[in-house]
Amino acid sequence: MSYRWDWGVFLEHASRNQSYLDWLISGLEVTLALGLSAWAMALVLGTTLGVARTLPSRLCRFVGAAYVELFRNVPLLVQFFIWYFAVPEIAPGGDQFKQLPPFTQQLLAAIVCLGFFTAARVCEQVRSGIQSLPKGQKGAGLALGLTLGQTYRHVLLPMSFRIVLPPITSEFLNIFKNSAVASTIGLMELAAQGRQLVDYTAHSYESFIAVTALYAVISLGVIAVMRVVENLCRVPGMSLEK
Amino acid sequence: MFSQMDFSWLNASAMHLMGRGMLVSLQITATAIAAGIVLGTLIALMRLSAMKPLRAAAVLYVTMFRSVPLVMVLLWFFLIVPQLLQALFDLSPSTDLRFTSALIAFALFESAYYSEIIRAGIQSVSTGQLNAAYALGMTYPQAMLMVILPQAFRNMLPLFLTQGIILFQDTSLVYVIALSDFFGQTYGIGLRNGDIVETLFFVGAVYFAICYSASLFARHCRHRKA
Repeated sequence: MSYRWDWGVFLEHASRNQSYLDWLISGLEVTLALGLSAWAMALVLGTTLGVARTLPSRLCRFVGAAYVELFRNVPLLVQFFIWYFAVPEIAPGGDQFKQLPPFTQQLLAAIVCLGFFTAARVCEQVRSGIQSLPKGQKGAGLALGLTLGQTYRHVLLPMSFRIVLPPITSEFLNIFKNSAVASTIGLMELAAQGRQLVDYTAHSYESFIAVTALYAVISLGVIAVMRVVENLCRVPGMSLEK
Repeated sequence: MFSQMDFSWLNASAMHLMGRGMLVSLQITATAIAAGIVLGTLIALMRLSAMKPLRAAAVLYVTMFRSVPLVMVLLWFFLIVPQLLQALFDLSPSTDLRFTSALIAFALFESAYYSEIIRAGIQSVSTGQLNAAYALGMTYPQAMLMVILPQAFRNMLPLFLTQGIILFQDTSLVYVIALSDFFGQTYGIGLRNGDIVETLFFVGAVYFAICYSASLFARHCRHRKA
């Protein structure tokens, strides 16, 4: 097989005043924006649901469990299609949504989809974190006269968040990998830019290597950030590693 | 809202197409589970081996596949596999190799994930078992095959099933290489009939029914063992 390598292809003129490298960078920006926004949404919603799954109320526990089962048992690709193609057709406000520029529509749908999807996973981690604490902690909090809300806020959540930090980190890594599925609804994120680059330049290997390397860089970045977070959050005198 | 939905498109010919698509999804899932367990065991044994180059190779393999999105892995294999196979077997460039590419991509990708499950399973068998096997005069391969692995696999069965459910959902991503699995076929029907909304909810419901029942079964296995 003969393949002519040409890394200079990224500097070539792509459109108006952009090079192919600019395409890659804009794809990277979209992937980062999508991943971080969806992550913020998943953390808030997932924590709420995770707490709900440990509350005394049966209704709250049921809602949390039903949410997790629903979002965990439908493929992410199908969820993306439902949020982008089906929900605007039947939800109120769908017509205003369809007035937005296509890119905004795709990005919003992708953030909402990925946020809801990842929330189910965050919920399970938060729940297992809370349940891994000794039962006495909740009892002690209540015995000191704290309300249930205060017990969660000051006793249970601060500890359980630290315990589940490693699995939360891997969900944070997953959200960027999963964001590549958003290319199927036409969002021009990193993977989609990679495919477009192949179509325009016919230099498939260079394009895919560049895109794959950028995903690896994102992963390394997340790992580095989470290591700092882990160090900052360490409870003095308590080692989480055996 | 849902009352206006029209499901008259669910006729015999649509069912036939969807059945063909489901067959593709299930074939990929079954191949990847089988290959994942076999290759995964090999990689896990390499990872636990005393030889450093073997360990390093296993770590590299697992890290590589786990740090790349599955969408990119599929695109990579769809780029490389057809070229390789055409060069090796002198196939005509028009041979459809999408299915083969997807099979190979999923098999190799999943074996990285299965190897991590299997490694944890092997490590969960107490070291006393290995020592006892040695004391009986067994060699390392004998001890692994006859003592450690059978116990490890029994412990891991529910996890294999859970990973299989994730894998079954992930097979829908073959959409990116334009291979028609259950999702692709059904979505195609929806596009032709112009009722995408109903089609998408139908697809979601079918996947949910399959995966939820499978996960209930996995939970049942776990409880029975515990």
